[in-house]
Amino acid sequence: MKLDTSGLQSFVPLSAPIDDLCPDLSAPPTFDLPRSADFDGFQKDAIQMVKPAKGTTTLAFIFKEGVIVAADSRASMGGYISSQTVKKIIEINPYMIGTMAGGAADCQFWHRNLGIKCRLHELANKRRISVAGASKLLANILYSYRGMGLSVGTMIAGWDETGAGLYYVDSEGGRLKGTRFSVGSGSPYAYGVLDNGYRYDMSIEEAAELARRAIYHATFRDAASGGVASVYYVGPSGWKKLSGDDVGELHFRYYPVAPNPTEQEMAEVSPA
Amino acid sequence: MARYDRAITVFSPDGHLFQVEYALEAVRKGNAAVGVRGTDAIVLGVEKKATPKLQDSRSVRKIVSLDNHIALACAGLKADARVLINRARIECQSHRLTVEDPVTVEYITRYIAGLQQKFTQSGGVRPFGLSTLIIGFDPYTGVPALYQTDPSGTFSAWKANATGRNSNSMREFLEKNYKETSGQETVKLAIRALLEVVESGGKNIEIAVMTRETGLRQLDEAEIDAIVAEIEAEKAAAEAAKKAPSKET
Repeated sequence: MKLDTSGLQSFVPLSAPIDDLCPDLSAPPTFDLPRSADFDGFQKDAIQMVKPAKGTTTLAFIFKEGVIVAADSRASMGGYISSQTVKKIIEINPYMIGTMAGGAADCQFWHRNLGIKCRLHELANKRRISVAGASKLLANILYSYRGMGLSVGTMIAGWDETGAGLYYVDSEGGRLKGTRFSVGSGSPYAYGVLDNGYRYDMSIEEAAELARRAIYHATFRDAASGGVASVYYVGPSGWKKLSGDDVGELHFRYYPVAPNPTEQEMAEVSPA
Repeated sequence: MARYDRAITVFSPDGHLFQVEYALEAVRKGNAAVGVRGTDAIVLGVEKKATPKLQDSRSVRKIVSLDNHIALACAGLKADARVLINRARIECQSHRLTVEDPVTVEYITRYIAGLQQKFTQSGGVRPFGLSTLIIGFDPYTGVPALYQTDPSGTFSAWKANATGRNSNSMREFLEKNYKETSGQETVKLAIRALLEVVESGGKNIEIAVMTRETGLRQLDEAEIDAIVAEIEAEKAAAEAAKKAPSKET
């Protein structure tokens, strides 16, 4: 299949009747379809191939000071842990970051592509693109590839003229605005801790600690999550990485091993 | 020379694109249009040729809105204008949809100019025979803006400009008399510029005012007549003042 690069151009729907006079100017983008007898089955297989790969835990939430974004760093292929050091928080530009869940290649490529589009928007319009706009661009691209096997479950977090922005965008073409999201196989566990401890008016340190704990607890219970819990903060002056802690060390920090109280000390018995 | 003016895509030896220049001629034959930027209002004015008695004048609006905060007036081939305006309106909505933001005046001007340029560099098409005056307020900063495009596809921002018939005299007048104005003063300046080249009276002038809060408002004939009367009174007073000191010497 040839890659449809129309996603790299801006969407301008030109109505066909007006263009009858100038056929050169508006050729609609086309691509080849695979020659298989059962195209629907092919699509299903493509989706199945990437389905297990959303093994991860990522979360993000908005609070008084801005946005906190956190993720684990484990990549798994079925039962095999292929890496413990994956960067799942992708820097789109100095004031916007995205999380990776699903196909690593898909997320990395499309986030970089989004970074390009954001920069072009800045250059053309002499002002930064809003988080709403950036997430909309990504969502439109992913929607145009709907059903073709892309696997992306990402959160776009950033700071723009209207303040903190957080959007969830996925490869089904969905886009949601919200204040608390967690994505991945470990998300139910993360939500448990996050929803329990969330308050809007936290300090940056409190919020970071909440995110760290939520990721840790998800890695504790979910086999497909682990490695290093990274925590980022996005505020008026852009994003900043706050911490990256190995979850094994976090475990003993939260649950230190108590020395066993000895019941009886074996006293030296003097040879009678 | 004649050989280089048929096809749009052919340069002449001395670097002219004749079709584009002929398009500019078409603009010079179109009705006069003027735009003036004030601090809180922007005014567009267009010359209205005498309407035939049986024509419904409301169907010949020459100043149109592209979005809630952008308006356009043009001089030249009106049929071409319709095509350009429709495309610009679609682009305004498309921009709102893809980036969840209204367009800035500069963006939509760039789009229209880009469209006009595309038609100077393709086979089998001719350029749009019109120049546009585009006004609007920036949706976030609220700064007023006035832009002009022409058939070659160039655009620039202006404090005040005129296009169409006798645009040179109007522009000269504006250069001599322009100063930062607001509200009604901006409207008066625009009408005074138009009156330099157009017969006086409300039925020969169409005026629209755009403000940040209320958007585009077309002035009706009675209002224009009232302002024209004010202007004539001021002119007469100025004439009288000029004659008075010379009497004393």
